[in-house]
Amino acid sequence: MMQNEMSRRRLLSLGLGLGAAASLTLAGCGGGDDDAGPAAGNGGKDYTGPKVDLKLWNGFTGGDGDIFKALVTQFNTEHQNIAVSIATYQWEDYYNKLPGAASSGAGPDIAVMHMDQLATFAARGVITELDDVAKTLELSEGDFAPTVWKGGLYNSKRYGIPLDMHPLGFYYNKGVMQKAGLDPNKPPTTKDEYTAALTELKKSGVQGFWVSPFQFTGGMTFYSLLHQWGGSVFDAEATKATFNSDQAVEACTWLTDLIKQGHSPANVGQDADYLAFKSGKNAFNWNGIWQINDLKKSPDIQWGVAPLPQIGTQPAAWANSHNFTIVKQRANDANKVSAAKVFINWLSQHSLDWAKGGQVPARKAVRDSADFKALAEVNALAPELEYAAFPPAAPGLGEVMTTFYNSFNEAALGKKSPKQALDDGVTKANKQLEDNRKKYGS
Amino acid sequence: MADVIEAGAARDGAPPPAADAARRGALARRAGRATPYLFLAPYLLLFGVFGLLPILLGLWLSVHQWDFQLPNRPFVGLDNYQELFSSDSAVYGDWWQSVRATAIFTVFAVPLLVVVPLGLALLLNRSFPGRTFFRAIYFAPYVLGVAVIGLLWRFLLDANLGLVNRLAGMVGLPADTPWVTDVPWAWVSLVGVTVWWTSGFNAVIYLAGLQDIPQELYEAAKVDGASAWERFRHVTLPGLRPVLLFVITTTVLASANVFGQSFLITQGAPGTETRTVVWFIVEEGLRDNDAGRAAAMSIVFALMLAVVSIANFRLFRYRED
Repeated sequence: MMQNEMSRRRLLSLGLGLGAAASLTLAGCGGGDDDAGPAAGNGGKDYTGPKVDLKLWNGFTGGDGDIFKALVTQFNTEHQNIAVSIATYQWEDYYNKLPGAASSGAGPDIAVMHMDQLATFAARGVITELDDVAKTLELSEGDFAPTVWKGGLYNSKRYGIPLDMHPLGFYYNKGVMQKAGLDPNKPPTTKDEYTAALTELKKSGVQGFWVSPFQFTGGMTFYSLLHQWGGSVFDAEATKATFNSDQAVEACTWLTDLIKQGHSPANVGQDADYLAFKSGKNAFNWNGIWQINDLKKSPDIQWGVAPLPQIGTQPAAWANSHNFTIVKQRANDANKVSAAKVFINWLSQHSLDWAKGGQVPARKAVRDSADFKALAEVNALAPELEYAAFPPAAPGLGEVMTTFYNSFNEAALGKKSPKQALDDGVTKANKQLEDNRKKYGS
Repeated sequence: MADVIEAGAARDGAPPPAADAARRGALARRAGRATPYLFLAPYLLLFGVFGLLPILLGLWLSVHQWDFQLPNRPFVGLDNYQELFSSDSAVYGDWWQSVRATAIFTVFAVPLLVVVPLGLALLLNRSFPGRTFFRAIYFAPYVLGVAVIGLLWRFLLDANLGLVNRLAGMVGLPADTPWVTDVPWAWVSLVGVTVWWTSGFNAVIYLAGLQDIPQELYEAAKVDGASAWERFRHVTLPGLRPVLLFVITTTVLASANVFGQSFLITQGAPGTETRTVVWFIVEEGLRDNDAGRAAAMSIVFALMLAVVSIANFRLFRYRED
């Protein structure tokens, strides 16, 4: 969580977020609490009961936050008897704060949560099962991409209704490619094309692909490659770390060799890979889909985005997903739950607007719509949904993923050989997994 | 106060009837005993709620496996402490790594943070045109938050894009120094940034101390033919002794609590080599929800700092003898 996937943007938007946190709406629980009649509405499709206030927490502090707020405002005007109020925190603060708030009764009714947090919060009893929500809303795997839909499960129970998915994408700088004599409209898609392109770039004096040692974005690049080689971070039950397999070592070595061969400088700092991309110092950057909006604001650079090239034996890309969850309350209010269902369903159906914030909607119908296809850049990454490598569902994995990313850091900085770094990481990770098993008892 | 009145009454002679006097005396004495406690009460209350209680709660947490969200928080005795000292536990390596990182930072930062601001204060204490301007300039970085200075320096120190390496290259120095991704450079950066950031604060304290030293002492020393160094050695330094003790003690403690700089500038790199104790405690307690383990670490760390602080006071007392 500390190195949570949004932490890079979190740092850049620290000031912004502080403002958001300061202006957080502390909506009191009012209306509908005492005079709660029987739960009204037809299974979450609409809500006809007494007026309810719903508190919603999220961590959208970037440009996506405004879009999210606009959506909620629209929802409120369309639903006279539901008033949703939003509080926005930095993701990291948010995950720290949520359990305490929920257990003291000051928590929200609805919470947005990353897929890889669901298991931890489910195991810790912060969020409730949503199987009946999915059932009443008649949502099933067919409405979403299977990978995203299954990611909402923990112990075969549903805890999250997916809103979107945000994968790693392949950004290429058309101007730099052109200067090196490469076709800027044909980004490399295979290992051979990729290395050939890097060689051409090197001839024109450009270190084409900067390997960042940090989670953003080198760690996520390694995560993707590890899966491209057919490896995994953990075994299927997430009881043993497996990121020192031959495949993992091979994937890691491919990346560190780029540094040795001069395609990447050594000691790339946090964000330096992306800044270099924006200023034309390198040509390729594997980065999150959320950078699309940032690049759109930079008119000087000619760029394109495509699914990650296939370097290993199969396609794969790091991805995560925002999910809606319903927070456990001290006193159950059936009206609130029905209203929350209506909200979740409505927003999921309106996720086209959300896509404009730079996320691939989880809902299939939205993804298949012509309007979504018109969002060229975001749409370009939609195919990755089929083979996206989502983080596994097990409580307490945040700590272990940090160990994974730190091992890669040591390898990418040349402190240890890939094999040594990953072996050491796995030894530590296995101890952490054992601790987690004791703690969460599985 | 009651004691004073009673004493006064007794001195006046003219004792009142015996039984009455005894009763009044006892009452007054009892009230007298309560007075200091009444004066202390507000502070005791605050200290109890925000000082003592958290310490006791910390001790209580440290002997449990404590995740405040889980229904059962089993008592584990000294397990949390034992883990820190047994090499086959999951935290042992990370914990001692973070202690080592904190020690390295403290050992290099403290002397600089004690000496550099002193020099600065001596300069700024002389009268020259624009003195106030320079005082403001040197104090300025201190008003910035750690997030600001962290981001600022991370970009300035970036090995491949940063201004620092660019400037180094222009004057013929190596232009590819990994300022934030490799040791020892990362330590140079962290200590350097901290000195730049916080020197102003210590300098202001020294300045206040310098202005308390009577000017006559300097004049007398001059008359006696003392050189500038001798005046510093025999007038300034002894005059600053209480200030020095304050500066050293607070600087040691502040340096040992370093967190933001390495969190933002080096992000612990390479690997976890620059991850400090406070950062690791925060990770364990708040991110990994292991408040018991984090409490045990805090207590062990507090004991370490207590030993350092006591040694510090001893050292100064010894010098005074």
